[in-house]
Amino acid sequence: MIVADRKPFDEIMKMIAPYERILLLGCNECVTVCAVGGTKETALLASQIRMKRQMEGRAADVGERTLERQCDPEYANTLAGALDDYDAVLSLACGCGVQFISESYPGVPVLPAVNTRFMGVTVEAGVWAERCQGCGNCVLDRTCGICPVARCAKSIMNGPCGGSHGGACEVNDDIPCAWQLIIDRLKAKGGLQAYSDIEKARDWSTSRDGGPRKRIREDMAL
Amino acid sequence: MRLSYPASIRIIKMPCTGRVDTIHILEAFQSGADGVCLVGCLEGDCHFIAGNIRAGKRVRYARVLLDEAGIGGNRLEMYNLSASDGRKFAQFMREMTEKIIGLGPNPIKTVRRLAPDALRGGLH
Repeated sequence: MIVADRKPFDEIMKMIAPYERILLLGCNECVTVCAVGGTKETALLASQIRMKRQMEGRAADVGERTLERQCDPEYANTLAGALDDYDAVLSLACGCGVQFISESYPGVPVLPAVNTRFMGVTVEAGVWAERCQGCGNCVLDRTCGICPVARCAKSIMNGPCGGSHGGACEVNDDIPCAWQLIIDRLKAKGGLQAYSDIEKARDWSTSRDGGPRKRIREDMAL
Repeated sequence: MRLSYPASIRIIKMPCTGRVDTIHILEAFQSGADGVCLVGCLEGDCHFIAGNIRAGKRVRYARVLLDEAGIGGNRLEMYNLSASDGRKFAQFMREMTEKIIGLGPNPIKTVRRLAPDALRGGLH
């Protein structure tokens, strides 16, 4: 899922300051699972904004709505007409959702309420961690299911580097060294000989180095 | 026991403090409550195992949200006591009332009195 953090409240208030009627738009997908932009979080932020606005002696005209997905025309189109009642949309979706709503309704300012962080997993209740960088050329078959691109601070393909110490990364002792994890797992399954295979220099054009990416399936076009 | 506690306290019955969501707390303040306290069972005595522990975590989170909104997280309190301990309940309610009197009214109400026409659609 895409994991995000809510922006600081003061930053949000500054962002919406020019607008009177604001629609808070939640998203039922990733940001609901990471508890930052679902129906519940939308209600909490709306309540905070109403209280703050009332204390400022301003109108507290704050609407709430949650789309199934903000990054999909099927759901984004359901907002047609509803935005006439608002001066701005404050989206609690990831950067994809904010941009897609903005593209869909160019006449309405669409503002981000969250900072999009990473693609990750739920480690335990309330804890999320990065696992994928969408590099476009997956190597997990050769690294025992542990991604050196996302989980190694240097994204090196033949590790570990000299900064690995006691199983931790030199960047932060709380970050496990991805290559130590890979070696440990190779050892555990008796496949350590695979570690001697040298991974060739990587073509990063499938990743961000190739510019914004697009996927097309012509058979699905309507 | 014929105990009394301040008449300003309004009791809302819940099946368990674990049922109290953060939004319930915020909406109480949004509706003008000067202070809110959750009164749960003693830790370790929850009939639903961890309802009161979870409520305590939500209270801590709600305090942050209330501070951000300018209401003040210190207007929110959580007490744990046995359901049979009426004496302690009355004592906690007196403590809470004194604390809130010291903090003054909910700032929303103060502004509302000053500029009633400026507000619309705020409460629901």
